[in-house]
Amino acid sequence: MSVDKDTVKRIARLARLALDEEQAGHMQTELNAILAWVQQLDEVDVSGVAPLTSVVEQRLKMRDDVVTDGGYPEDLMKNAPLSEGTFFVVPKVVE
Amino acid sequence: MSTRKARPINGATGPWEIVIGMEVHAQVASNAKLFSGASTKFGAEPNANVSLVDAAMPGMLPVINRVAVEQAVRTGLGLKAQINLSSVFDRKNYFYPDLPAGYQISQYKQPIVGEGELVIDLEGGDSVHVGIERLHLEQDAGKSLHDQHPDYTYVDLNRAGVALMEIVSKPDMRSAEEAAGFLHKLRSILRYLGTCDGNMEEGSMRADVNVSVRRPGEALGTRCEIKNVNSVRFVGQAVEYEARRQVDVIEAGGTIRQETRLFDARLGETRPMRSKEEAHDYRYFPDPDLMPLVLDQARVDEIAATLPELPDEKKTRFIASGLSAYDAGVLVAERETADYFEEMIATGAEAKASANWLINEYFGRLNREGLTLADAPVSARANSQIVQMVTSNLISGKIAKDVLDIVWHERDADPMVVVEARGLRQVNDEGAIITAIEAVIAANPQKVEELKAKPKLAGWFVGQVMKQTGGKANPQSVNAILKKRLDISDEG
Repeated sequence: MSVDKDTVKRIARLARLALDEEQAGHMQTELNAILAWVQQLDEVDVSGVAPLTSVVEQRLKMRDDVVTDGGYPEDLMKNAPLSEGTFFVVPKVVE
Repeated sequence: MSTRKARPINGATGPWEIVIGMEVHAQVASNAKLFSGASTKFGAEPNANVSLVDAAMPGMLPVINRVAVEQAVRTGLGLKAQINLSSVFDRKNYFYPDLPAGYQISQYKQPIVGEGELVIDLEGGDSVHVGIERLHLEQDAGKSLHDQHPDYTYVDLNRAGVALMEIVSKPDMRSAEEAAGFLHKLRSILRYLGTCDGNMEEGSMRADVNVSVRRPGEALGTRCEIKNVNSVRFVGQAVEYEARRQVDVIEAGGTIRQETRLFDARLGETRPMRSKEEAHDYRYFPDPDLMPLVLDQARVDEIAATLPELPDEKKTRFIASGLSAYDAGVLVAERETADYFEEMIATGAEAKASANWLINEYFGRLNREGLTLADAPVSARANSQIVQMVTSNLISGKIAKDVLDIVWHERDADPMVVVEARGLRQVNDEGAIITAIEAVIAANPQKVEELKAKPKLAGWFVGQVMKQTGGKANPQSVNAILKKRLDISDEG
């Protein structure tokens, strides 16, 4: 399996990465090298094996339904480039 | 199974069938969010109910809320659906300022709940079975405010990370009425189960409606998804508008483009949402921060054992106790209403009489005053007593309304005491009624004369006698005695 340059550009756009023509070319080479490496797994016969989403033999840990967090909006604003009161402020995104 | 009246749209070129499927986002009733310990309370100061997990600060890891999981299971059981003992959380990737992580944790290929069923009740007592495709758990996004500043959008993440159940129906609905009925019934079931408060004004339930049209019997047409439909009434309006629009486009020689449209409640129409085209590539993949969600069948069984009697079962029971399908449907729609009715029965009132009294008298009064059952002043016990007094002929139906009026204004008044203290007992005594009749006849000789030519005047006499007795005379007795006294035939 390999990806063409248009696919690389599309993936980049979806990930909000700005790639120029040359960078896209490099990225295509790198991605195809990774895909070829992962493709070695195709040699294993997995028919009849359920897809695995984790290799850790552990159950999902659960939390009780109790409010234990929050209440510090001022702290959250500290890293925000822009804020107003306790709102985050971002460039207008509505059409 | 289901009885259904075909409700095709009549276009210029013949009939069209509407096909509707729904996706409903219902906020899980829980104290804390799906993957963090921040509060879910509505109306807090901006960003006050936000943890570092919800704000997607680097290094923060999600830990799932057990109750949110159990509420989803409970809802699945209420929808008679398959509970999947193993399900998986995926990342749904897209960029928007109110989604700080750049992905929403959701469930894609392996949802917690599979296929189920919901029965819609239509006016006239008909019912339609609608398939449930799936129910999955996911995080809500934050809220963007676009109207606070000319150049900027303000973001409040209080809602970000709150647990949602996305409930997806099969495309089994065929009219605006059925679509509205689906949302209404789903809301009722969720509220009975206590898994969602169903408060549509606060956004606790939001519906996306998929609409397409086709010639009856043909393959499915291209659908449009209508977002932002936030009340049962709007669902009906949105479907009506959108189906008509699609028929007009096709009949004018055009084709329907699969697109997302917004419902504008003010104008009652749908319009296309711009952009979004490419945004539909969500690149789902299993969230590496979360193990598969594995449930024990024993725990599922425990939850099943705590399920309340649901509206369909309650309705069947009410009908068996003598109510009409319509009355039973009205009483079971809201759990509070059904409980109120049942308390009236438990305190001694007869079922049919209680249903009539509530639906024809008490609910009308609540509507006029703009009150709900919960904040209205008359207890189920007091209404029960009033109904019992009417049933046992202690007071007339007319006096019952007066008693209700008194109890309504004097909160703690006991209806029995009111009737005794104010002498409102119905007069069944023949002697007293005859006296009143004689007095009316004596005072109105000319009317007695007119009556010979106009038998309809009998009603006027009954009214006068009732007035004479302050509305307390038993109307049936007055009628009977009056007819005998004035020699009016029944045909009169």
